Amino acid sequence: MKVLTANRLTDGAVVWLGDHDVWTLDFDSAALLDAATAEGALAVAEDDAGLLVAPYLVEVDAQASVEKRERLRETIRAGGPTAGHSLRSD
Amino acid sequence: MYRYDEFDARLVRERIVQFRDQIERRLDGRLAEDQFKPLRLMNGVYLQLHSYMLRVAIPYGELNARQLRALAHIARTFDRGYGHFTTRSNIQFHWPALIDVPRILEALAEVEMHAIQTSGNCIRNVTTDPYAGLAADEVEDPRPWAELIRQWSTFHPEFSFLPRKFKIAVIGAPKDRAAMRTHDVGLEVVRDLNGALGFRLFAGGGQGRTPYIGQEVSPFVPAASLFAYLTALLRVYNRHGRRDNIHKARIKILVQSLGIDRFREEVEAEFDALPKASLELPQGEAARIAAYFAPPPFETLSRPSDAFDRALFADPDFARWTRSNLKPHKQPGYAAVVVSLKPVGGVPGDATADQMDLVADLAERFSFAQARVAYDQNLILPHVKLDDAPALFRALADAGLATANSGLAGDIISCPGLDYCSLANARSIPVAQALSQRLSDPQFQSNVGPVRINISGCINACGHHHVAHIGVLGVDKQGEEFYQITLGGSPDETASIGTIVGKGLAGDAVAPAIERALHRYLDLRNEGELFIDTVRRLGTEPFKEAIYAVA
Repeated sequence: MKVLTANRLTDGAVVWLGDHDVWTLDFDSAALLDAATAEGALAVAEDDAGLLVAPYLVEVDAQASVEKRERLRETIRAGGPTAGHSLRSD
Repeated sequence: MYRYDEFDARLVRERIVQFRDQIERRLDGRLAEDQFKPLRLMNGVYLQLHSYMLRVAIPYGELNARQLRALAHIARTFDRGYGHFTTRSNIQFHWPALIDVPRILEALAEVEMHAIQTSGNCIRNVTTDPYAGLAADEVEDPRPWAELIRQWSTFHPEFSFLPRKFKIAVIGAPKDRAAMRTHDVGLEVVRDLNGALGFRLFAGGGQGRTPYIGQEVSPFVPAASLFAYLTALLRVYNRHGRRDNIHKARIKILVQSLGIDRFREEVEAEFDALPKASLELPQGEAARIAAYFAPPPFETLSRPSDAFDRALFADPDFARWTRSNLKPHKQPGYAAVVVSLKPVGGVPGDATADQMDLVADLAERFSFAQARVAYDQNLILPHVKLDDAPALFRALADAGLATANSGLAGDIISCPGLDYCSLANARSIPVAQALSQRLSDPQFQSNVGPVRINISGCINACGHHHVAHIGVLGVDKQGEEFYQITLGGSPDETASIGTIVGKGLAGDAVAPAIERALHRYLDLRNEGELFIDTVRRLGTEPFKEAIYAVA
């Protein structure tokens, strides 16, 4: 399974494609997509240049947990920095 | 310091107007991302892991109080209340919105700053010795030359689309305090036997996945020929540098593949063929620029300072801080003061908006309104009277800016790592924090003495781990962070690349391992021998043993 992610064009915020084609800031609300749906959704996102930047698919397992190689990066991307001044003002 | 003339001011303003329009066209869909990306990068706007990042140029690391306040204002208004100073003496804002960038650039332009030459395959922001103009060992102040190179390189039409980015550092003393030999081109101001000014020129230094120390191309390029020589060198690179493989595109690869002698021949041939008259500095131009960097109106002071000596005697914390964070100044009765951005357990190079405002105030009170950014991610107040040092210390200490660790084990260089950077493979900051906590005992740091510890979150090596005495490189193995330790690197005039001691350690094992290596050094060192010299004398084996010893 896959989830589709991107950054919001205006401010760079990390977003995921949720149910009903609505983009969400919450990883837990990301829609689990099968391979064919995922590719289609990615193509649509790549076309939506006025809203999104750098869309891509992330491989996840059935529990929406990110797989091996990308796990660390995508976990931090979803959860925010684990250290630094950003934590204080979040 | 340098002040913009009408050309500088117009160029920066015009660029903002242009980029504002490009952003508008991107937002309304007239520009696609693949068209917009190179344009935003030319203006310092990156897309990072969580957001955009704006990298602001601090030419040769020099700032005045107004500029620091503008950076504080931007941090507070458009970001999350802080900024991150980098190993190239720039500042990065990690959370700007794209739609706010034109206003941020306006705020920068108000104080003669911009984000030009902080990205893209151009000649990047020029760096120098943070003690330029005040170090006693200086042949001549390198800053006017850094400024001339900035003027020559900004929007240089021929060198705006090089095979890859191009970094230049200029130093004015034999002691290299700017990691000059790790740059694409490094320049050292020298004088020949007749006293004529020129440059010792190095090329092909660089870090990343294939690190090299720069090699000498010329022992003496006469000052008048500097721009002709640089033009020749960049033409050779532009023509022969590889554009087919991003990992082989830096000039270091060209220098290695040709060999330094062939490379030099190519440059010299190009230089001989150039019409030099048009590339020579106009008469008087060097002196005109140098006048901007004239020393401030120092007082003639009698040494020693009574106030300073009394504080040394009365306050052991002050005394410790002076030993590490006060640097010699050629003007009697003055010192350069390192404002540590390395608090125990802190984020190396981060400064809050309030801290930046405070340093601006203190610069005005104590240092002719001047401050600097050093390549080790600290700030410097360059011209402080010893008489004022006790008051300055107390003001800095109240704001968490007086950690007595400049050049010591706590003075860790670190990139932002995977917490922020989209290129990183592993986190850097938590490792730096753990290490800083572990090594926090000031007595221990003082016993160990000078040691450079650097952390990078990936092989791109923004944390300069290759040239650290002790380097830490984060790697990702199947979603788990591991950290390779290197030993024996050095960024100075004895520059060397560190060697990897063995397999990677888990994140929480790094700090104890490095602490053991430092204890091993204390056991093995000769009287007065520095850490790096002990490693060079004995090799890495005894330290490797300590690093992998089970505690």
